[in-house]
Amino acid sequence: MITLAELGVIREVRQDESGVQVTITPTYSGCPAMESIRADIRTALRRAGFGRAEVRTVIAPPWTTDWISESGRRKLAEAGIAPPGAAPVRAIGPIPISLSPRPTAVACPRCGHTDTETLAAFGATACRELRRCPACREPFEHMREI
Amino acid sequence: MAFDDAYHALTDHDDDARWAYGTGFTDPLAGVPGDLPDGVDRAELATYCLMLGDDALILSHRLQQWVTRAPELEDELALANIGLDLLGQARLLLTRAGAAEGWGRDEDDLAMRRDPSGFRNLCLAERADADFAHLVARLLALSTWRLAMLDRLTASRDPMLAAIAAKGVKEVTYHRDYAAQWVVRLGDGTPLSHDRMLAAVETLTPQLAELFHPHPTEIGLASVGVAVDPATLEAEFTQVWTRVLQAATLLPPEASAPSHAAASAGAGSGAERGDARPWGRAGEHTPALAEILDEMQGVARSVPGGVW
Repeated sequence: MITLAELGVIREVRQDESGVQVTITPTYSGCPAMESIRADIRTALRRAGFGRAEVRTVIAPPWTTDWISESGRRKLAEAGIAPPGAAPVRAIGPIPISLSPRPTAVACPRCGHTDTETLAAFGATACRELRRCPACREPFEHMREI
Repeated sequence: MAFDDAYHALTDHDDDARWAYGTGFTDPLAGVPGDLPDGVDRAELATYCLMLGDDALILSHRLQQWVTRAPELEDELALANIGLDLLGQARLLLTRAGAAEGWGRDEDDLAMRRDPSGFRNLCLAERADADFAHLVARLLALSTWRLAMLDRLTASRDPMLAAIAAKGVKEVTYHRDYAAQWVVRLGDGTPLSHDRMLAAVETLTPQLAELFHPHPTEIGLASVGVAVDPATLEAEFTQVWTRVLQAATLLPPEASAPSHAAASAGAGSGAERGDARPWGRAGEHTPALAEILDEMQGVARSVPGGVW
């Protein structure tokens, strides 16, 4: 199971005399899991015997897939989700528009074939796209780099 | 949590209750410092946050209406996800608006208890789509405008607006690409899809002037480094819009974009606004907004505090 820390959602954990303070950040503005994440963290801390726990949300700096740890990437791949590559580096000037599906080389998490194609830029969640491997002919999900 | 009776669940309270009006959702900016920058009028900042938040909220609702009607399952997911991103941006912006005005209103109050004249969204966000070509043309226009605006807003003196914009830029980049790729696919597709895409663009073009017509609140806050004057977005918008329409064979390769904004953008006075009416930024809307709010606010207004 991939953890919130491996996803880079947990930004900081501090403990002082007033209790534990956990700082989290949403992956996307509309992430519907934030309330569950906050509740889960509070529950986990309570079960571990920490009395007062505060969960704070920060939105800056914005979450990036570059914060997913190596172990997180490995677990995504084991679950059949191709992990994100490096987040795009912003050049000076207006953000360029893409008029065709991005040619990003994404390796198939099942067979390793690298020349896979985009089926849909938005998958089951905003952060996943649906791709297909022409070698093993299996569709798979890829976590988009942002 | 499980309920034997879904209707009973509407009024049953539980610590785990969420996904309904008024409960469960905590402030999405919980724990984020909410200070206002020096020299900024609270009411003006609140109005500006409502403008950008209402654009996102109303377009999000229009996108949600396409779920179960899209041409393919993948597009239903895409439209739902784009709508979810925009809903997230709306929650942050409405929460910021409520905090800035200081009357104790939260995101739910602002989304669910305002009448059409209180909404400050662009009329373009509320328009109904006659077909999928209309939807993707409208989404292209609004996401191109919003991306250019959010990109500039990342330098806002209001740290909260800057942070909301920096997150939004990553999301709206994808929204614009999605819309642009569909406009190209349909425009450069079959004769039928080309004609319908062209008809959608021709219907939309006279409605674009509103995008670049600044409201006094936008001008005032832009002058103190908090907001973005929409008139400054027109050049970038026109460049992107022209490029997509050319790739979609909806404009001759060398043509410049239709002068959608020439009639009114930057004209300054209300009398010169021309086809920028009705003016959503001032609370003037088309009848489409009332229809959206009837649907969107219906449960919240008829079952206040209901949860399930």
